[in-house]
Amino acid sequence: MPRTVLEPRFQVEYLSVLDAEGSLDSALDPGLPPAELKRLYRAMLLGRRLDERMVRLQRQGRIGTFAPIKGQEASQLGSVAVLRPTDWMVPSFRETAAMIWRGWPIEKLLLFFAGHLEGGQPAPDQRDLPITIPVSTQLPHAVGLAYAAQYREDDVIVMAYFGDGATSEGDFHEALNFAGVWHVPVVFVCQNNQWAISVPLKKQTNSKTIAQKALAYGLPGIQVDGNDVLAVYAASREAVARARAGDGPTLIECVTYRLGVHTTADDPTKYRSAEEVAEWERRDPLTRFAAYLKRKRLLDEGLEAAVDEEIAAAVARFEATGVADPLVMFDHVYAELPPDLKAQREALAEGLRSGEPGRREKHEPSPPMRGQRSGKR
Amino acid sequence: MAKLNMVKALNLALMQEMERDPDVLVIGEDVGVDGGVFRVTEDLHRTYGSKRVIDSPLAEAGIIGASIGMALYGLKPVCEIQFSGFAFQCFHQIENHAARYRNRSQGRFHVPMVIRMPYGGGVRALEHHSESEEQFYAHIPGLKMVIPSGPRNARALLAAAIRDPDPVVFFEHKALYHAHKEDVPDESETMEIGRARVVREGDDLTLVAWGGMLRVAREAAETLEQEDGVGSDVIDLLTVAPLDRETIVRSVNKTGRVVIVHEAPRSFGPGAEIAASIMDGAFLSLEAPIARVTAHDVPFPGFAREKANVPDVARVVAAARDTLAY
Ligand SMILES: Cc1ncc(C[n+]2csc(CCOP(=O)(O)OP(=O)(O)O)c2C)c(N)n1
Ligand SMILES: [Mg+2]
Repeated sequence: MPRTVLEPRFQVEYLSVLDAEGSLDSALDPGLPPAELKRLYRAMLLGRRLDERMVRLQRQGRIGTFAPIKGQEASQLGSVAVLRPTDWMVPSFRETAAMIWRGWPIEKLLLFFAGHLEGGQPAPDQRDLPITIPVSTQLPHAVGLAYAAQYREDDVIVMAYFGDGATSEGDFHEALNFAGVWHVPVVFVCQNNQWAISVPLKKQTNSKTIAQKALAYGLPGIQVDGNDVLAVYAASREAVARARAGDGPTLIECVTYRLGVHTTADDPTKYRSAEEVAEWERRDPLTRFAAYLKRKRLLDEGLEAAVDEEIAAAVARFEATGVADPLVMFDHVYAELPPDLKAQREALAEGLRSGEPGRREKHEPSPPMRGQRSGKR
Repeated sequence: MAKLNMVKALNLALMQEMERDPDVLVIGEDVGVDGGVFRVTEDLHRTYGSKRVIDSPLAEAGIIGASIGMALYGLKPVCEIQFSGFAFQCFHQIENHAARYRNRSQGRFHVPMVIRMPYGGGVRALEHHSESEEQFYAHIPGLKMVIPSGPRNARALLAAAIRDPDPVVFFEHKALYHAHKEDVPDESETMEIGRARVVREGDDLTLVAWGGMLRVAREAAETLEQEDGVGSDVIDLLTVAPLDRETIVRSVNKTGRVVIVHEAPRSFGPGAEIAASIMDGAFLSLEAPIARVTAHDVPFPGFAREKANVPDVARVVAAARDTLAY
């Protein structure tokens, strides 16, 4: 009874197309038409500029805490760009650029981060789940959506986003396992930005890569240079094609870096060095892509100003939004308001009208008046 | 009309709902080929196949999480958690997501799913196979919490839960599965969720119970009638949340005395919420403090000591007599 090595032996690939100077490995070029390259760069730039603007809005108290994306633009756009509008996009909480690509108006995202539930409402025809805060818990939903698409025999795939820290959660493993067993059309996109708040990747997992975790569940995993939009695009296109062809799920690990704070409530100087950040700034996804486009003469003059104008207009629309009607909190708890909740709503409405918000809600049937007891003693 | 026990009645509801609506799916551990550990899903797999009756991997968060995704797509999954004691492995999916997608998406999405779980004791089972945890679900905005007490209402409420556009947690008491048979109509039947039923009427006392405790409350009412000449309203709650306060309040306004019986531990249990509703709606009618007969605030004590923990007829009768003598 010998001890043998089992076949197949597993391997994990790493893909990079553009180097840090913007030089292309033409053998791996996904061959995007110029218009698509320009569109991608514009979206990345918009993501970056909006991020910077949002940090300022937060500091001014005009929006609340949010998770900036600076440094992760290529991971987000290289992947989301391969989806069709009829596909599903399942975000976590750090996908601002990808969400805008999917059609979320900027002012709606600002509303969301300003604490308005309305900002989380996808458009009626939009196949995007709203932002999910509990880490990793959206991944089983992506698997269920993919199962349903397959059940209905719809030509639809699902793409789901999460971070490196998320891969420690049970839901990540359950989702990959279910996806593997069910062989459903879902693409898992991990933005490995090296940090989960203050915890570095090496404290998160003893695996050499995140991509290899897919292999345990019987699906392919690939690691890509997540700061290289063309590499992310190429890997995503391949994974999506596989899903669409009925060949099952894929895990893509985008190796990237969060250049900014975890959220606007975080101070990263407590846990990481300026040298480390500087090192990753040299691999900035925007500079690299811009250098490549410049060489191809695809970099438009005045793009930054145009993007800033678009953002400014959206901020103005956001600021013009009226005050939040408190009663909206009751509107979408159930399809129909149960009697209790109706009473609570009415009490709040009355309190708001009368300026006495602390009033007790009325109960039906109202208590009998003293001395009017209907029962016997 | 057929005489069915609760297992067969629930099975009938699933069969008919799957027949009625191709979007209805069944998913859980051992629900397919094996027909579920309590046989509630028996023969569904044979009739509807493995795409609609899914033997899932052994992972509760995956089951509920994936079902949420299916429901967001427009399907109507009926999930089985093998025992309610294992639902903590998916509690976050229920609280964080099933109950909230409608609100989070401001009505763009909703989650029409049913989460069935066997609950309750009295079946000489292990730890985590004997508990009563309805209070956790009843406290979550966005969920409905339903507990039938017999074959006919189990069938009608399960059908209603499947058709409900919102997520419903559906508890099935293990001791009721084979306890008795009832006439169950062949044609499909539903019951309104959110409505309690007065299953026995009397003027002196109100007993409120549900699920496995309904039988206890009914027997206590019988004893009180026979031995003390006391007439009781017995309210079968059927839906814990949203709570039918109106039916309870109306009864207590008539009787002035009330005993609430539940199998869940006492503190912060449903009895406290029911008592608060009575204070709001029937305070001036009360002749005695509101009494609760419940399990003690202890973890499951092992089935050798279970009888001393779960309310029984004697404890309910004693509490009722104290209340009546107050
Ligand atoms: C279940 C859960 N636990 C903890 C948190 C608090 N939290 C928010 S983000 C985060 C780190 C997430 O790290 P990662 O998955 O790498 O994503 P990143 O923030 O780097 O994008 C933590 C711990 C949470 N939101 N959800
Ligand atoms: Mg991270």
